Amino acid sequence: MSGAPGVIIAGAAETDQVGKLPGHSTLALHLEAAVNALRDAGLSTRDIDGIATVSAPGPVQVAHALGIVPRWIDGTGVGGTSFLLHVRHAAAAIRAGYARTVLITHGESGRSRVGATPYRGSPSSVTGQFETPYGTFGATTTFTITALRYMKDLGLTPEQLAYVAVAQRRWAARNPRAAYRDPITVEDVLASRMIAYPFHLLECCLVTDGGGALVITSADRAAEFPKPAVHVLGTGESSETPLISQMADFTASQAFRRAGQDAFAEAGIGPSDVGHLMIYDAFAHVPIYGLEALGFVARGEAGAFIAEGNTEPGGRLPLNTNGGGLSYTHTGMYGMFAITESVRQVRGEAAAQVGSADISVVLGNGGSFSTAGVLVLGRHPR
Amino acid sequence: MTVPGPTAKPVPEPTPETQPFWDGCAAGELRLQRCTDCGQAYFYPRPVCPACGSVNVEWFTASGQATLYSYVINHRPAPGFEDEAPYAIAVVELAEGPRMMTNLVGVPNTPEDLVLDMPLRVTFEPRGGVYLPMFTPAREGSAP
Repeated sequence: MSGAPGVIIAGAAETDQVGKLPGHSTLALHLEAAVNALRDAGLSTRDIDGIATVSAPGPVQVAHALGIVPRWIDGTGVGGTSFLLHVRHAAAAIRAGYARTVLITHGESGRSRVGATPYRGSPSSVTGQFETPYGTFGATTTFTITALRYMKDLGLTPEQLAYVAVAQRRWAARNPRAAYRDPITVEDVLASRMIAYPFHLLECCLVTDGGGALVITSADRAAEFPKPAVHVLGTGESSETPLISQMADFTASQAFRRAGQDAFAEAGIGPSDVGHLMIYDAFAHVPIYGLEALGFVARGEAGAFIAEGNTEPGGRLPLNTNGGGLSYTHTGMYGMFAITESVRQVRGEAAAQVGSADISVVLGNGGSFSTAGVLVLGRHPR
Repeated sequence: MTVPGPTAKPVPEPTPETQPFWDGCAAGELRLQRCTDCGQAYFYPRPVCPACGSVNVEWFTASGQATLYSYVINHRPAPGFEDEAPYAIAVVELAEGPRMMTNLVGVPNTPEDLVLDMPLRVTFEPRGGVYLPMFTPAREGSAP
């Protein structure tokens, strides 16, 4: 991609509130986030010629509701990382001249389920034949099932797993919008209700309502916008399996690794260049897999790395600085909130601002280790 | 509003390419597929080898022997599983290589009783017109 025209995030915002919002439908959350992101970029709906979001409600509904007649549409819906893929696809479209200014939206009434699509699966699907009959019940029973294997093979302790939640709560304490801000200890985590052994309640993400949106355009327009441009330096995407039982190795994510390698190679960076990191944390073990897949630590070392304080306030690799899905918010497809926090950090306007966020990396997950997206974002063009 | 009655557990609906698997379960056999070009054994049933892309694949009867690869013990029961929580959802590694999700029967579903890599053997449980492969600890002298 060397020599390809630059692409920036010119606008990024979340809904006015996140949490329990029974007065907002899923669509209304998309629209509020869109309006906020456009305001953040100093643009109006008339400036948008490309649209991307997941179904439902999908890009046709969001574009129509905003009065946008797009010349470019992306409805990629591969779970919570979809918005990272939208950024990647938008960057390609802008470079190709297919669109000039792309709006990416997320809204989800994950907790209140207002105007939300019911969860359903077909008993003749592969999942319906070979997993659902065994009593799976959402991500708490599938995403989590890899952890015992990791713990046995690589020596991760229950206390180290619990510490992931402790470290992230320390960031959440600095974020006024976070759902949970009171400090917790490893003992608190291990004493919380068992959800799916070995995972306790405090090792599982929240379920909330909210939304977020991004405005993507070409870097040659960076000076036109009120906020500092956030440069999209590298991107990657991948998928591994629709069935958690068929993940090739329960101790490592192939999709995380491939997406990360591509994003780092495009950006021309390595782990030591990264000053701020967001890793989708639906459950406490996911940042552990992410740190290893992206090469920040060697295989089997991430649990100790977090437990030694390296990723919490004052540590050398600030991770999930909004508090993450465990303590900030998690609507169901959390990836948008990982991006918006990364943008705030690169701009220097985060609630828990770190001093080292010239280059920030976002790793998104979709499904249960099903899909992955990685963004390398920077304060400066490459 | 009527109070809903007990919910039945989910029943798989076979598709043409998976029917031989379910027919095998009904006959008390765990049938897998294997590529006749590269030899790869695989699960779930599908008409293309995931290792080499060949469509030259055949069915064979697996040994039914497995080991416990990983699991969770679920405390928030899925519809139909209310009377069983907490219950284990497991992934087993078959002797032939492929892995599959299952439940563990004939053994308390506790962390103390479920030890990773413990030997297991297949057993079949009827549900709604099909037989589901389940796994139980393989004991000394037991038939595979």
